[in-house]
Amino acid sequence: MAQAITDKDGVKRYLITLNVNGDAHTILVKGNAILTNVLRDQLDLTGTKKGCELGDCGSCTVLLDGKPVDSCLVLAVEADGRQITTIEGVMENGRLDAIQQSMINHAAVQCGYCTPGMVLSAKALLTRNPHPNEQEVREAISGNLCRCTGYVHIVEAVLATAQGRVTPDDH
Amino acid sequence: MSDNHSVIGRSVPRIDGPEKVTGAAKYTGDLKFPNMLYGKILTSPHAHARILSIDTSEAERLPGVKAVITHKDVPTLKYGLSPARWDESIFCSDKVRFVGDKVAAVACLDEDTCYKALKLIKVEYEVLPAALDFLHAMDEGQPQVHEEYARNINTEIHQEFGDVEKALAEAHHVRTDTFVGQRTYQSPIEPHSAISMWDAEKLTIYSSTQSPHYFQHYIAREFDMPMGDVRIIKPYLGGGFGGKLEPTGLEFAGAVLAKLTGRPVRTFYDRAEMFAHNRGRHAQYMEITTGVDKNGKILAAKANFLMDGGAYTSLGIASAYYAGALLPLTYEFDNYQFDMFRVYTNLPACGAQRGHGAPQPKYAFESHLDNVAADLGIDPMDIRIINARRPNTVTPNDFRVNSCKIKECLERVRVMSDWDEKKKNLPLGRGIGVATGSFVTGAGYPIYRTDLPHAAAFIKVCEDGTAATLYTGSVDIGQGSDTVLCQMAAEAMGYRYEQMKIVAADTEITPLDFGAYASRQTYMSGAAVKQAGEEVKRQILEMASVMLGLPADDLECDDGQIFSKSRNVKSLSFEEVARKHFVLRGPLLGRGSYTPPKLGGSFKGAAVGTSPAYSFGAQVGEVAIDEETGEITVVGIWDVHDCGKVINPRLLHGQVHGALYMGMGEAVWEEVLFDDKGRIKNAELANYRLLTAVDMPPITSEVVDSYEPSGPWGVKEVGEGATNPTLGMFSNAIFDAMGVRVNSLPLSYEKVWRALKEKREREEIAKREDAQRGLAPQVPVPLETVPLESEEPVYANPS
Repeated sequence: MAQAITDKDGVKRYLITLNVNGDAHTILVKGNAILTNVLRDQLDLTGTKKGCELGDCGSCTVLLDGKPVDSCLVLAVEADGRQITTIEGVMENGRLDAIQQSMINHAAVQCGYCTPGMVLSAKALLTRNPHPNEQEVREAISGNLCRCTGYVHIVEAVLATAQGRVTPDDH
Repeated sequence: MSDNHSVIGRSVPRIDGPEKVTGAAKYTGDLKFPNMLYGKILTSPHAHARILSIDTSEAERLPGVKAVITHKDVPTLKYGLSPARWDESIFCSDKVRFVGDKVAAVACLDEDTCYKALKLIKVEYEVLPAALDFLHAMDEGQPQVHEEYARNINTEIHQEFGDVEKALAEAHHVRTDTFVGQRTYQSPIEPHSAISMWDAEKLTIYSSTQSPHYFQHYIAREFDMPMGDVRIIKPYLGGGFGGKLEPTGLEFAGAVLAKLTGRPVRTFYDRAEMFAHNRGRHAQYMEITTGVDKNGKILAAKANFLMDGGAYTSLGIASAYYAGALLPLTYEFDNYQFDMFRVYTNLPACGAQRGHGAPQPKYAFESHLDNVAADLGIDPMDIRIINARRPNTVTPNDFRVNSCKIKECLERVRVMSDWDEKKKNLPLGRGIGVATGSFVTGAGYPIYRTDLPHAAAFIKVCEDGTAATLYTGSVDIGQGSDTVLCQMAAEAMGYRYEQMKIVAADTEITPLDFGAYASRQTYMSGAAVKQAGEEVKRQILEMASVMLGLPADDLECDDGQIFSKSRNVKSLSFEEVARKHFVLRGPLLGRGSYTPPKLGGSFKGAAVGTSPAYSFGAQVGEVAIDEETGEITVVGIWDVHDCGKVINPRLLHGQVHGALYMGMGEAVWEEVLFDDKGRIKNAELANYRLLTAVDMPPITSEVVDSYEPSGPWGVKEVGEGATNPTLGMFSNAIFDAMGVRVNSLPLSYEKVWRALKEKREREEIAKREDAQRGLAPQVPVPLETVPLESEEPVYANPS
């Protein structure tokens, strides 16, 4: 259990360490602080979006120990000591991940607000199942709502990634 | 019309793609400023109540609270979007008119303190009876939402073109049907937010807005400031669909809170507050009568509509006019009557949602047309082709249609969907339906009266020519206008898309553009961008003429190379010519602007629905219905559009998919539900039923080869048009599958199940009666529409 510190008004805060995209951040959070807000407000990682704070939209999806979760449904204290990947951690060595490139190539991005969560859900799928069929892709992103695309190009982008059909500009 | 283009017509990747897939793209709510406060608005818990007193003293004493404001602290000038009815106040002073009406606001050190402070504001209300059912809002004795609007009538329209009664009297067949559409909500995934700050007398607002210009205009008006002292900056926008077209309490209250505290204030809506602010699609009652000849040719149509406006006008006057104005577009007939009442109720205000005003009337008309076709024994596809509008025609309400390939769209979708085969052979429970749609390519007139151009653009070429920046006030709300406009700029300049940059939109930096609504930007902003690009190209060719010693009219610039059209001489690069221009003649700039021609007739309301060009489209959908449960499975959807020259095919089809997705949700699943106190019962995305990836059927989208002579490179609308056929297409597919017509939206599983049950009951009775008369039981039961009364009321659902 994280160390608790109580201020003069009796409000308890917890000293936790979040391992985000390979960086360890030791910070103080209230017990009711949700992971989304801590990532966005305390660590300035605003790629994790807020769309509903109810677990409906999936814009706040992050990978917690490799599994996609709605970070608005995770208390920051629950993530203490665990590995978190946000959208800012998906690029490696300054290069887009294949799923990111594929989303660009297929015009799977419109307003872009759901995109970070969509990328992370897709990435988690491809890690656990490198060759999903269309139904498996649709199920994997069914917790990420997109109001712009009808999901058509998103599904195409994920399938193309799975099939290794991604080049830097295969448009 | 040469199709020899280097940049347009290609599916180049979005200019904002890398920023959006890496999470680097900043939306308004992602921005932080030193010393920034957080602001929240206190809203009414009652649908209709008199405010007796407001006590903010306890909230003011809470540590961390920096300002608390009510109607006493803000301008009292009423605002709105449709200038004919400014009826909304920053804060209510006398009474509240819906659950969610604005009463007070706070600015605090953090979000948590805001919520605590709101709870400490004591408002004493005298609760009044509320007008919640729009079907009865005009009745005698109903509560008055606004004292100055008798019988709650917000807008009343009576238009007649030709001689409707005569045409109906002469018709071979006349039929009337009634339908009811539901209230839906745009539901962009990015919640609204705004950050307001002052520098002496200058106000700057970062806002998730579809129109920086209208925000600037209306905010300057509200605070009695010169437009030049109001700066609106649009960061990335997470969807709009019409819901972010007008300033909200976030901008108005936020500006006052920032002024009082001298600090930047971020105001924001959570998801439930977005639903309460609303401005979504109006619920409508629609009665349609048409008269046809024996071949199914429409001779006259009458539309008699009633629309639930909610508590304020917003852009609703335009919605009311649009509902009737766009109906005569896809089919040709000379006699048309349109009557409409938009009424006030004690519910959130409605406004412009994708397809503004048109999708529900289209649902009613397309369903009705299938009923007419069934009466006459005509194939639904054939009755549409018989009536399809031809190019270079004028609608009865004086809209000039240039390019129009609705007939080709229908013929193509007939083949794509295997219509004739399916129409013959699909078993009971499987059905196929068709519907058409059309939409404006930008509104012919601005929202408020002004003679300003509708769009303007600058292009600035970097001093060494290695980049060019497009400055535009247009707004990419996701549809891809930044990308498409950069393609158009590069094409006009003879430059490369990959070297384009864009600044959009900041009213202090970018030139005027009315923004993202009415599907206007590719055409109108594009016209301004094309002009700006051509001005750059002219200067480049003049400079190259000096450098090469050849006449400028012998030179061409394409794909970043300047070459002679007639002589075999060495070409110059755009970069070297641009650099030379900067050295010898100063900055290389291009400017452009666009004003539509005078459009439309002279009758009252003639301006609404005018447009320099109209898109057309046809959709077919196939459904399978589970007779036991009413569950609807969508087997496939085929869409064919006539949208002029296509600038970016991938982005274009993405617009069709998205418009269709929204239409599909509205057709079967989406509905904002209220309880008997006027409170929203499903102000969350899951219970509102936004469709997920597993709900979506295979979609096939095609375009017909088309060229709009009035548009830049022949472009016209696509972003909203594909929402228009979808609702009617579903209604017709369900009708085809089951032989029953559900006469209200959404066409939910429950309503389908109920309609099937009633059909079975009717068949049982008919069978028994036949048996009693000693007749053979195989006499087919005539197709009948389900009477409206048999369905649950759309609103009063006091669970």
